[in-house]
Amino acid sequence: MKLNCRHVWDHISDYIDASVPAELRADIERHLELCEICSAILDSTRNILVLTADDRTFELPVGFSKRLHERLERELFEN
Amino acid sequence: MKTGEGRAAAQRDESALIARVLAGEKDLFYELVRPYERMVYLTLFSIVKNETDAEDGAQDAIVNAYRHLSKFRGDAKFSTWLTTIAVNEGRQKLRRAKRAKEDSLDEPIEGGDEEYSPAPLTDWREIPLEALERKELREELRKAVQALPDMYREIFTLRDLDELNVAETAAALGINENMVKVRLHRARMMLQKRLAPILKTTAPARKGFWGRMP
Repeated sequence: MKLNCRHVWDHISDYIDASVPAELRADIERHLELCEICSAILDSTRNILVLTADDRTFELPVGFSKRLHERLERELFEN
Repeated sequence: MKTGEGRAAAQRDESALIARVLAGEKDLFYELVRPYERMVYLTLFSIVKNETDAEDGAQDAIVNAYRHLSKFRGDAKFSTWLTTIAVNEGRQKLRRAKRAKEDSLDEPIEGGDEEYSPAPLTDWREIPLEALERKELREELRKAVQALPDMYREIFTLRDLDELNVAETAAALGINENMVKVRLHRARMMLQKRLAPILKTTAPARKGFWGRMP
């Protein structure tokens, strides 16, 4: 089936998660080969996810582990 | 990414650890939750939206997990069970805070006429990979996630930060899997829309240089 851009956008998230059926996946890939705009959208969305998964983007507050450990010590051994 | 085999082994170790904690080796509890402390904190942060409350809530959630550890059944993964506790803790904290403020803010209504289309751009691939190393990009992403409507931020955090799968996310939030997929898609598209132009301006143009991302 020939897909239009809008149709591809609707499936970008599922496509990234590899949860689209094989046939649709093939249609999307055919479209991506020819469409600069959709490929760029796909790449940009992927990049955002790469950046999200980077531990430096969302960090624990400094000292978090130590304070948690201290709280657990109190909970576990003083009560 | 852990292999299926590695994950199964880790789960076995975890079950053994849980059994030992329950049998009285309390100090092993910290070892059990240590791999998940970041996940619990980020889950709380996605709900309460400030560092202090997120840290308090994360501690409370982990203490609750300890108190109720004997109720944990091996049919769910420990991480999913812990996330469910974290989500509940976050929501309770939010309700208490709202009540205290007598705030009457309503949850945003699902659906609406808003379109969830991405920002079309043609020169994204000109952005060198080093650009993703930049501090300000990470800062922009944090701000963009923070600015997502609540239900989208929660889903995005559980799926793309905590790396829960669709079924686990659905279980932790008490919604169906299709809802998880729909909201995740919208969340990612909102982020793409907001961040694409920023990325375009922070990265120097290098026309014709950049090929397909690996």
